[in-house]
Amino acid sequence: MKTQNQRAWWFVTPVLLLVAFNALIPMMTVVNYSVQETFGDNLFFWQGLDWFEQVLKSERFHNALGRQLFFTFMILIIEVPLGIAIALAMPKKGPWVPFCLVTMALPMLIPWNVVGAMWNIFTLPDIGLLGYFMNHTLGISYDMTQDPVAAWVTIIIMDVWHWTSLVVLLAYAGLVSIPNAYYQAAEIDGASNWAIFRFIQLPKMKTVLTIAVLLRFMDSFNIYTEPFVLTGGGPGNSTTLLSIDLVKIALGQFDLGPAAAMSLIYFAITLFASWLFYTLMTLNDNKS
Amino acid sequence: MAQIKLSNLRHSYQPNPQSDADYALKKIDLTWEDGGAYALLGPSGCGKSTLLNIISGLLVPSEGKILFNDQDVTALPPAKRNIAQVFQFPVIYDTMTVYDNLAFPLRNRGRDEDIVKRRVTSIAEMLEVTDMLSTRAANLSPDNKQKISMGRGLVREDVNVVMFDEPLTVIDPHLKWKLRSKLKELHQRVKATMIYVTHDQTEALTFADQVVVMQDGEVVQIGTPVELFERPAHTFVGHFIGSPGMNVLPCDVRDGAAFFGGEQIRLEGPVGGVGNGAAEIGIRPEFVSVSTNGSGIAAQVRKVADIGRHKVVEAIAHDNRVHAILEGEAPSAGDAVTLEFKQSQTRLYKDGWLASTPGEGAQ
Repeated sequence: MKTQNQRAWWFVTPVLLLVAFNALIPMMTVVNYSVQETFGDNLFFWQGLDWFEQVLKSERFHNALGRQLFFTFMILIIEVPLGIAIALAMPKKGPWVPFCLVTMALPMLIPWNVVGAMWNIFTLPDIGLLGYFMNHTLGISYDMTQDPVAAWVTIIIMDVWHWTSLVVLLAYAGLVSIPNAYYQAAEIDGASNWAIFRFIQLPKMKTVLTIAVLLRFMDSFNIYTEPFVLTGGGPGNSTTLLSIDLVKIALGQFDLGPAAAMSLIYFAITLFASWLFYTLMTLNDNKS
Repeated sequence: MAQIKLSNLRHSYQPNPQSDADYALKKIDLTWEDGGAYALLGPSGCGKSTLLNIISGLLVPSEGKILFNDQDVTALPPAKRNIAQVFQFPVIYDTMTVYDNLAFPLRNRGRDEDIVKRRVTSIAEMLEVTDMLSTRAANLSPDNKQKISMGRGLVREDVNVVMFDEPLTVIDPHLKWKLRSKLKELHQRVKATMIYVTHDQTEALTFADQVVVMQDGEVVQIGTPVELFERPAHTFVGHFIGSPGMNVLPCDVRDGAAFFGGEQIRLEGPVGGVGNGAAEIGIRPEFVSVSTNGSGIAAQVRKVADIGRHKVVEAIAHDNRVHAILEGEAPSAGDAVTLEFKQSQTRLYKDGWLASTPGEGAQ
């Protein structure tokens, strides 16, 4: 007979408590709000799934979700290839390696709201370096407080500036782990540079790139601070991403019910997309 | 296929080599005959991989020339030299199937799919991997991966030389000998020149017709396995080949006769040109006999190791350690014994190099 020792469960308790207090309990509060209506004074009325229905049918939510998907799509399609290209161009050994690595890491060390403020000032048409240069030296009208296109371009460039380094560093780590023999063998096999990239470098980078794309997807899909500081969601609603809209509903209009329902839908989308993405990326590994 | 000639080859990894010590390869002159099976044997860091990379074109030598069939290829890149190299760790293209892996070098050179198919099929058959052709190469075991690496080298019909850089390092011991005999068989079938780099004497001696022994960037001896075993040209070869290696004992040379601890040792033959003074006697443990009641050099047994087929006796004679390999009965540790050296296998080395010549009338 095996000894049954139920006391071992006590070892799980610290983790359980930690997860409960930092995730489960706050989350349950949101669940609580999402199915009820409150007028304050701790008075609640059962609302069922009405808030979910309302959010899912609202045009406002559709638009914010559309903007969010567009933003995430744009930064992924730019940052991933650009990051790979920069990693390929970086030296693999020699005195320039630390210089390149530190330069690459610098943007990531800057806090989100500072990045937003920096780019805001940078692009001001009258005193910002870029804004002044565009408007007064080149004569191109560029003002993101007026022009939605300018606002979008700025937001995307800002994110590319801030986060391409993450892809670069991950891709670089994948690249330097490729043993030299692979390149030598490819040279002897007469492989072209493209074939080396396609059949050696890309497959060897696959794992780290999966992580890079996942991280960039989640971070960009949940992004709040930078666009909020930069454009505040404007001009109009043109750069109001999901998180910005959510805060407006929850804290601006104090519509706690719809905001809670929207939070849960938002969370479900992020989770589902990440799962789908990871499953697709690793699907080939299990095939023989 | 080609005869490969290295002439006046020197290589240094430093930009401005000053002394001999700065050279990883010190002046190599060597000819690899067409169709030969060679082994390049030496301890780690002796320059054998450097030499291999120079032949394949991955490295350009600091000085000297490489000739393939008397044509200078020193400046040609690897792809132009038509050589193949198999590395220590199997290099395979993970995302491709085994078939595509084998076809890769041919497709890169723009061969027709008909030819590709014919070559790949015949190589796969030779390597016994036909049933794996459609599996993804990433899912193979290390020994099969290494087979595929070899296959990519052999698939080209006109390869000048196939080089193996310690190819069995990551292979399980029980599969090593299988792959080794496979290699030998392949050599007989494709008749390409093959150079096999290793620091393992068993691998070198079983694979090669000719073994090139290197030390400190120099070629010490070239010969058949038997020659290397019986007449090492340098005490290093004596040490390096054999288990345990050759006994090298200090001696005094006086008027052409060698004295070990004051006792004269009869050598295989005359020693030409060795003046009086210190030298070394070389004798393989296989040719040392031990007796408890005979004549010879007095010694005391320090330990006896039973390694299965035979016993290795370690004895101390005149403060020097002497190994002897005995079949059957052996003395035990602490016994006083006498050692006798087989005269025809007792050689004299001066400054490390062989100085005695076989012959009658030895002293």
